[in-house]
Amino acid sequence: MRDLKEITNFITSSAESLNIKKWDFGASFSNDFSVQVDKGIAKQLKASQKQVLTLRVWNNKNLVGITTTSDLSKKGLKKALFQANLASDYGNKNELTDFSPSAKDPIKNIKEEKRTPVGIKKLLETLRIAEKELLNKHEAIKTIPYNGLSESFFKRVYANSDGAHRSYEKSQAAIYLYARAEENDRKPRSSGSVKIGYGLEDIDINSCIDEAAEKTISHLNYSSIATGKYKICFSPESFLTLINAFSSMFNARSIIDGVSISNKDSIGEMIANPLLNVFDDGLHEKNISSAPFDGEGTPTQKLCLINKGKLENFIHSESTARIFKTKPTGHAGLGSKVSVSTDWIVVERSENVLSEDIDLNHKDYLGKYIYVEELNAIHAGVKASQGSFSLPFDGWICEGGKRISIEAATIAGDFKTLLKEIINIEKNQYLTTSGISPHVWVNELSITGDA
Amino acid sequence: MVLTSYINKEIDFDDENKQLLEEIISHGLSLGADFVEIFLENTDNLSVLVEDDFITSVNPSFGMGAGIRIFKDKRDGFVSTNDLSRKGLISSITQAIEMLDINLTTTKSFDGLEKVRNYSINKNNWLKSIPTVNEIGEKLLSSTKCLKKEEKVNVRKGSYARNWQKVIIASSDGTFAKDIRLHQTVGLNVIALDKQYRSSGSRRFGSSDSPNEFKNWNHEEAANEVLNSSMSMLYADYVDACQKPVILANKFGGVIFHEACGHLLETTQIERGTTPFANKLDKKIAHEAVTAVDEGISSGSFGSLSVDDEGMEPEKSILIKDGILKKFISDRAGEMRTGHKRTGSGRRQNYSFAAASRMRNTFIAKGNFSKDDLISSISDGLYCKSMGGGSVGATGQFNFAVEEGYLIKNGKLTKPVKGATLIGEATEVMPKISMCGNDLELAPGFCGSISGSVNVTVGQPHIKVDSITIGGR
Repeated sequence: MRDLKEITNFITSSAESLNIKKWDFGASFSNDFSVQVDKGIAKQLKASQKQVLTLRVWNNKNLVGITTTSDLSKKGLKKALFQANLASDYGNKNELTDFSPSAKDPIKNIKEEKRTPVGIKKLLETLRIAEKELLNKHEAIKTIPYNGLSESFFKRVYANSDGAHRSYEKSQAAIYLYARAEENDRKPRSSGSVKIGYGLEDIDINSCIDEAAEKTISHLNYSSIATGKYKICFSPESFLTLINAFSSMFNARSIIDGVSISNKDSIGEMIANPLLNVFDDGLHEKNISSAPFDGEGTPTQKLCLINKGKLENFIHSESTARIFKTKPTGHAGLGSKVSVSTDWIVVERSENVLSEDIDLNHKDYLGKYIYVEELNAIHAGVKASQGSFSLPFDGWICEGGKRISIEAATIAGDFKTLLKEIINIEKNQYLTTSGISPHVWVNELSITGDA
Repeated sequence: MVLTSYINKEIDFDDENKQLLEEIISHGLSLGADFVEIFLENTDNLSVLVEDDFITSVNPSFGMGAGIRIFKDKRDGFVSTNDLSRKGLISSITQAIEMLDINLTTTKSFDGLEKVRNYSINKNNWLKSIPTVNEIGEKLLSSTKCLKKEEKVNVRKGSYARNWQKVIIASSDGTFAKDIRLHQTVGLNVIALDKQYRSSGSRRFGSSDSPNEFKNWNHEEAANEVLNSSMSMLYADYVDACQKPVILANKFGGVIFHEACGHLLETTQIERGTTPFANKLDKKIAHEAVTAVDEGISSGSFGSLSVDDEGMEPEKSILIKDGILKKFISDRAGEMRTGHKRTGSGRRQNYSFAAASRMRNTFIAKGNFSKDDLISSISDGLYCKSMGGGSVGATGQFNFAVEEGYLIKNGKLTKPVKGATLIGEATEVMPKISMCGNDLELAPGFCGSISGSVNVTVGQPHIKVDSITIGGR
């Protein structure tokens, strides 16, 4: 079964037969196609058809049980109801969960961006050309070891026994090209670029090739960096990476669970330089992955997280909102324990801040600083519950209008301190695949290079 | 050529499905494929979470799917689907053929599937003999209760996950195997808090194909280990960035070898041109103190398997012998594209991934030294008692977090330090492993790579690295 109405009707009748009066489910159906190449030869071509449904039921003690399945046959759905019902005996008595009060609110009418599949052959042909062009950009670029082009078509649905019933369909395509360059007696260098769009026709392949080539080639001439403390300029990508890595500071679920550096009383605290504004804006027109509602059916919304350096809001699911005596914010993920996560971060320089005298700009600052282009190994080097990080990065030593790539180094610090040590946020914002941000300057952070 | 009877049917995991599988394979070959492989999977999973003194999540899940891979020359196409009907499987293999744009010239012969190699005999009762949700909940609650001993512990978590998987593997070279796999893991996590000081501790334990392993798990010992680690680190100072000798502890200390060197010995890395060891077979790549092994046969180990996901029984592979590179870890595509013989290492997370060459139980073999011998050989260094996660970049540079570290001064362990990361490159570090202890132990983990997340063990005795860059503040 892949039809929402058919699934809903079947679950309604089957639930009745099991005396289950309250239930909800979220499901997704997708068709994905992807290609990889190796010097013009198709390396692996993939297609997949996937379906997954997560079903929650409430028992007569109002405790919730859950089951997830990819078997959407009648037999599978009946089994899912039965298992969820059994699991409800172990539902969390200390934190009751309900339907989102917003699950039937009207959702913002975002345009359903759905392209027509171009097919594997077209994907392959496009990637072959892209790989060839990138290889031809510089003689030092020997291989494109990590490359791929994909298109995905999916439908997401949410429904519950109270009559909520919503769905949306989208398509998305993505290309990534990571080149490896080598020159005699020098260490190999690697860099790349990722671009996404609603379909292949929306992706700027040439800019992906140019960006991957430019980044890779520019790092060929490198130098070691002495261990020490340096003034830092974060690129938009790298600053968004950090914000996302520490997004548990905005996350009510993480706060309740004790794994956030914020606490219930943190709202209103000055946590950053007043120059900093941060929003979560899942419906932003530039967000290719936007979804009109979350896993509990709550409409997605724009939310201010940091306003002029002050912590303004937390993100919520239904149950965390109830504990905090507020409304769900559209950030829930359906699961046995409902998760909460940010959608799409937008960082901006706040208005009405008297900082005109700040002359730090990555395009014309002549003093010595380190430009952090891209942070790596986030899963290993971030301790979100402690607020600390130690991350390898790709970057540059900049001074007097000149720059040289850093051979290898890690950057370490405390995120709360970093927010307060911001010394400038540039005006121009840049679009990235994970959000929007300007360049952000920080007074001083530790860098380990040559010890 | 196998005769096919076109009947409406779908995969039944309680049956061999031989006729249907032969029909699908024949169909693929008749359309011009050189090779066809079908991987069928039926899963029944459960996870349980206990936070503080309450069960907060019980999450069962189940599903089924098929992954169909075809080869033409050295190219391959892979299609995965949840539709296990005859029509769905025929449609999937046709799609795979179309993707590769095959022009039919000659068709490969197919003599049918061999007699099924049934590795699932004696495993059919596993789902009945594993612990119940009540038993799991009680033991996890006992574990988190043990973590309550320290008042500074602010967050206590115990988690359990069971992954039961029934697989059927069939391919056009006649391979026909079925198996049942069972993996169970249990983890403990704490966060300790005192004013501005914070520390965390975690341990994960795991087994394969051992239904009773969780019941025998010594939760008190595990809880004490986690508690001691987090309390030791609560008031630790940040380490200074430096270049020093280090001692890496046994068990999970092996994660560095796994990440920094093991991945570079997978044939997928040769195919990509991203390993510096591609042309180093029978050459010295490490200190002569180092012998390293990857195997899938140790009973109960988290990375062991009766048969790999391409239908081959796993072997014990000596990767490095006394510092000399002896073997690469290879799967079917790896053998086809690089010439290195398969090692029973074709693995995948589930049906939606094509198998790739992946590590299983990977470890540095034990040496002759005691842990004290290693520590006393260092006048100024770092003891890495517990390692966190890490990663290796496309150019081979690795970076690993040290969860629990102690300074070594004049041959003795001194104060705890936090915030350390180990930074280096396999080609530079492997020759610097100069001493191996005699206390080899393995630890379970999950490895994420090209074919998804698979169960592995990492391991080593205590080892000494003569010099490495330590990232700090």
